[in-house]
Amino acid sequence: MRRVLIVGATSPLARYMAHEFAKQGDALFLAARDEDELERVASDMRIRFGATVHTGLFDAAAIETHEAFWQQVLQAMDGLDGVVWVAGSMDGLEEAFRDPRAVRRLIDVNFTGAASLLTLAACYFEQQGSGFIAGVSSVAGDRGRGQNYPYGAAKGGLSLFLQGLRNRLSKKGVQVTTIKPGFIDTRMTWGRDKLPFLASPQRVAQESVQAILRGKDIAYVPAVWWLVMLVIRAIPERVFKRMNI
Amino acid sequence: MKPSVQQRETTGWGRYPRALCYLFRPERVREVAEVLQHGGMSSYLPRGLGRAYGDAALNSEQGVLLMERLDRYLAFDTETGLLRCEGGVALADIIATFLPRGWFLPVTPGTKFCTVGACVACDVHGKNHHHDGSIGNFVRSLTLLLPNGETVRCSREQNADLFYATIGGMGLTGIILEVELQLRRVETAWIVVDYVRTRDLDETLRTFHERDANYLYSVAWLDCVAQGRGFGRGVLMFGRHAVTDDLPPARRPNPFVIPRKRDKSVPFDLPEFVLNPLSLQAFNNLYYATHPAREGILVDYNTYFYPLDSILQWNRAYGKRGFVQWQCVLPYENGVKSLDDILRTAQQRRTYPFLSVLKRMGESSGGMLSFPMPGYTIALDFPVRRGLFEVLNELDAIVLEAGGRLYLAKDARMSAETFHATYALLPRWREVKAQVDPQGLLQSDLARRLQIVEGGK
Ligand SMILES: Cc1cc2nc3c(=O)[nH]c(=O)nc-3n(C[C@H](O)[C@H](O)[C@H](O)COP(=O)(O)OP(=O)(O)OC[C@H]3O[C@@H](n4cnc5c(N)ncnc54)[C@H](O)[C@@H]3O)c2cc1C
Ligand SMILES: NC(=O)c1ccc[n+]([C@@H]2O[C@H](COP(=O)([O-])OP(=O)(O)OC[C@H]3O[C@@H](n4cnc5c(N)ncnc54)[C@H](OP(=O)(O)O)[C@@H]3O)[C@@H](O)[C@H]2O)c1
Repeated sequence: MRRVLIVGATSPLARYMAHEFAKQGDALFLAARDEDELERVASDMRIRFGATVHTGLFDAAAIETHEAFWQQVLQAMDGLDGVVWVAGSMDGLEEAFRDPRAVRRLIDVNFTGAASLLTLAACYFEQQGSGFIAGVSSVAGDRGRGQNYPYGAAKGGLSLFLQGLRNRLSKKGVQVTTIKPGFIDTRMTWGRDKLPFLASPQRVAQESVQAILRGKDIAYVPAVWWLVMLVIRAIPERVFKRMNI
Repeated sequence: MKPSVQQRETTGWGRYPRALCYLFRPERVREVAEVLQHGGMSSYLPRGLGRAYGDAALNSEQGVLLMERLDRYLAFDTETGLLRCEGGVALADIIATFLPRGWFLPVTPGTKFCTVGACVACDVHGKNHHHDGSIGNFVRSLTLLLPNGETVRCSREQNADLFYATIGGMGLTGIILEVELQLRRVETAWIVVDYVRTRDLDETLRTFHERDANYLYSVAWLDCVAQGRGFGRGVLMFGRHAVTDDLPPARRPNPFVIPRKRDKSVPFDLPEFVLNPLSLQAFNNLYYATHPAREGILVDYNTYFYPLDSILQWNRAYGKRGFVQWQCVLPYENGVKSLDDILRTAQQRRTYPFLSVLKRMGESSGGMLSFPMPGYTIALDFPVRRGLFEVLNELDAIVLEAGGRLYLAKDARMSAETFHATYALLPRWREVKAQVDPQGLLQSDLARRLQIVEGGK
């Protein structure tokens, strides 16, 4: 039995990732801002899997609350074996192209908040000499695009942050996995037409947890995105800057 | 924030009719109310997995709320089997989760790929209707989101009018957010089936009356092509849940494990000539010939309840114009004669159904727009062709004359007059509708076609 904290647990992706852990008998701490939804996701998992599930409120942008939150989790779970960061947001993307406060908000939720909590996690696991950290970044973080760079930059930052953590912690018995999903069929993509390789949150969750349990460093999910991003990253900047993708 | 919307051509399971709908897909309970408030449409309709055949889950050029993402279990009493869950939970999920613990659905339609909220909205019946009635009888309470944004609970004791207007209310009285459903205790995942082959309609009906009181489940497949002496012949399938002792010793340690079937799928629309009178006759003869009388056959629950579910997208077999399922119920008084009339009229017009299923129904659940009433119910599938609807109008007239009615969850074409003449509690239902939805925010193509809602828009 592992003890796993899942941040952003009210998202469909996180919910199904939590299912994958619960199926294996792991105990979970689910965190996000929406109390009512957290309780629904948690009671569902208790009934489905007979899982031990705790819940707690967490706001990625409220960095000053993170230490207390971290202590709360450690206490409720009596220690931890893994942290999965799934929280993320594209809300306010339109405003972020013009409004400095909006761009800051996006970066806070997607990057600064993650960096803050994962720093606490890194120190804890480092000292413990075991554990895992997984972060859901995005293929959007692999290359800056005119349509979503405020979000993409934050995700790209998260990818680099995780890479650094991996470099620091791999010598200490702690595994760090970066998950880079392509398009997932959730509210983030609903209403957008004909997205390529659109995958169900169930599938992305299964493949992501598999990657974590197999100790992968970086996982594109579904795997086809590895190839897609290889090509996209290979486009020379002087060509890319004229493209509209 | 304005909820995201996807515009898409949408149909029911029969793929007739087609409608352009604006689809919303809430992923949090709160978002349902947000869509009603900020979705920017003048009307809305909840939709499950689209297994109603006709236009019950369509709302042309208007909002449709896909409920499938709201599929969480909220409470389960392991002693009593009382389950509280969200309306978007699929029956297949309930079975997968609770059958291994010894609980099954109290009532199930012939597909498990549908949502529990929709099953309540249609007040679905199963092969046990003669015994237990429809699913409404097993609903302890509902949590509804009303068009004004208020969330209310209703049950037989609390807001009873709203409860009975919502059971069978076709999604028009409020959005079913939560259902409290009583599950059925079972010992195994198997059904013990007795097959009886009958020679003609008279024997088919007689066998029902003589034997179905002894079984929880009963249903008959009818040969609608056979004429003359074999007219109305069929195969009756009586069933009950197997107990552990019914299983062969090798299966007893794992009574809930059944063999896995490989799903097949109809990958494209079959050309329309595939279903013609000759091929139908051949199919009916084959079915009849391969189902002799046999007693005590063990059948897994999938094969017994959901024979069609293993053929994914079987609705494509009817060609791209789609098909309609015509299902009526005929009160016992004059029921035999009316049934005879219906089958003969269809034959005379050379309108042969591909599938025809006959059942006996028991008492109504009390749902104001519920379909079931004591009598015979027959369901016939027809591919949409020129001239079909004229024939179906003739069949409607027989039903009207007999004091029966047609099932809204299957209908795509009856007239508003027929509907109004056959659903006697409509005036009471409209009173409730006017109270909870004075602006008429919840609408459907079905509701407009049949003028279910007063002054509907
Ligand atoms: C192969 C097959 C066999 C069938 N056998 C039977 C049978 O034996 N007996 C029987 O009774 N029916 C039967 N049906 C019909 C089917 O079971 C019902 O129509 C069922 O309710 C469809 O569920 P759905 O989730 O697909 O709903 P949809 O088709 O999406 O919607 C059906 C209706 O429910 C309403 N609705 C959906 N969700 C909600 C909600 N959350 N709150 C309020 N209203 C809602 C919709 O507005 C619509 O009016 C069968 C259908 C098929 C395809
Ligand atoms: N959908 C896609 O196509 C796609 C593609 C690549 C990557 N991703 C990433 O996958 C993850 C899940 O996304 P999703 O599609 O499932 O979307 P989602 O449903 O919008 O999930 C976002 C999650 O983040 C949480 N969150 C947002 N702001 C937060 C804050 N300030 N503090 C704490 N939690 C916050 C939300 O919880 P609360 O609102 O309850 O706080 C929710 O659980 C995200 O990181 C997303 O960036 C998605």
